[in-house]
Amino acid sequence: MSASKRVFKMTLEIITFLAMFAALYAIFLYAPVEKTMGLVQKIFYIHLPAAFLAFLGFFITFIASLLYLYKRDLKWDAAAFCSAEIGVIFCTIVLITGPIWAKPIWNVWWTWDPRLTTTLILWFVYIAYLMLRSVVKEHQRANFSAVFGIIGFVNVPITFLAIRLWRSIHPVLISSRGINISTPMKHTLALTFLAFCLLFFCLLKSRIRLEKTRMDTEMVSALVEEKFYSN
Amino acid sequence: MWKDFLSELRSKELVLSMCLFAFLVLIIFSFAFGTGLKSFKGIIPGILWVAFIFSGLLGLNRSFGVERDKGTLPGLLLCPVSPWEIFLAKMIGTLIFTVIMEIFTLLVFTILYNQNFLPFLLPLGLVILLGTLGFSIIGTIFSAMSSTTSTRDVMLSILVFPIYVPVIIAAVKATGLILDGTSIQTVYAWLKILVAFDLVFLLLAYLTFGFIMEE
Repeated sequence: MSASKRVFKMTLEIITFLAMFAALYAIFLYAPVEKTMGLVQKIFYIHLPAAFLAFLGFFITFIASLLYLYKRDLKWDAAAFCSAEIGVIFCTIVLITGPIWAKPIWNVWWTWDPRLTTTLILWFVYIAYLMLRSVVKEHQRANFSAVFGIIGFVNVPITFLAIRLWRSIHPVLISSRGINISTPMKHTLALTFLAFCLLFFCLLKSRIRLEKTRMDTEMVSALVEEKFYSN
Repeated sequence: MWKDFLSELRSKELVLSMCLFAFLVLIIFSFAFGTGLKSFKGIIPGILWVAFIFSGLLGLNRSFGVERDKGTLPGLLLCPVSPWEIFLAKMIGTLIFTVIMEIFTLLVFTILYNQNFLPFLLPLGLVILLGTLGFSIIGTIFSAMSSTTSTRDVMLSILVFPIYVPVIIAAVKATGLILDGTSIQTVYAWLKILVAFDLVFLLLAYLTFGFIMEE
């Protein structure tokens, strides 16, 4: 492969790299410091895109699981797995940045708000998904995890409804969560969104490639073993 | 298809151990909280459902575990029935055993904690039945999955609990409201969630159970 071709293949990575830098610049130098919350509000630019990408990751897992059961192509299984893994990473980022932001602003690390609780449950569901994959035998893994990927995702709206109903009976600690943001803040947010999305697809791309390589290696080693033992 | 049920009924081992376990959970709660609590009424639904769920899990582990251990699952699959029917049989079996355990638990609770459930029997029974139905449905799906793994028991809990969250919330809340003596209208919203959960997961089981049964 020639050098120019390789650079072309790396385009996504390079753009992501630049976008991340631009996003960092925007977050810390371009966006104004929020008046009431102060510097800590900057975490918002990471928190929100990460939350969005966690949901996107789980949604892709759901779609890929459906496609796998429909088409029976292991490619979709790999996509579902990789997407779930990245979703869990972003979900973890959300769950870590959330309390850091909440402590100085709401004065608590955690509240049982519907959104928070649903995110936590979602995190547990996909941790279970990853664990299931690691313990199930090879020939059943794809089927089982696809079924779980679908069940886990379908469960999200019901969980959200139940938790919202559960909370609305008690007085909610924090009711208004609306944030008025100025134009530079909007720009910054849009840029971080873009950068994070690029990062997401970058990770997904390389993770799927890795998984594909792993599958190929396994196939080759199985072939070698067969050859070796048959002689 | 009722052979499970019959063989279990004959051995009685499972129901007995589930009941005993639920009994123990109740006793542990009385040590953990003491019985002189002023707000004791508030934690009754919690105690009940924790006992139900933990003992129910005990039964679930057995549902497909026995088949895998004895290697009878391939035989079951060779029967001229659809996976859906296998699912239904297993699910109803689990449901019946869990309900037996729950009736027993309620009886023991009545005696140990001096609570009278009789006036609330009908709505309470409905909530418990709906909650247990949801539990049996997802439990049977995941039991079929986790029974193939080496860490069966732990895996089952890890799979079931996050999915079961809406039912736990709805069932505990509904039970609490019923025991407070509020009208059925307030409980209605929770019942809707329970019913929605049961229907959605029954449908999902119908659509996906065949994939799980593939060897």
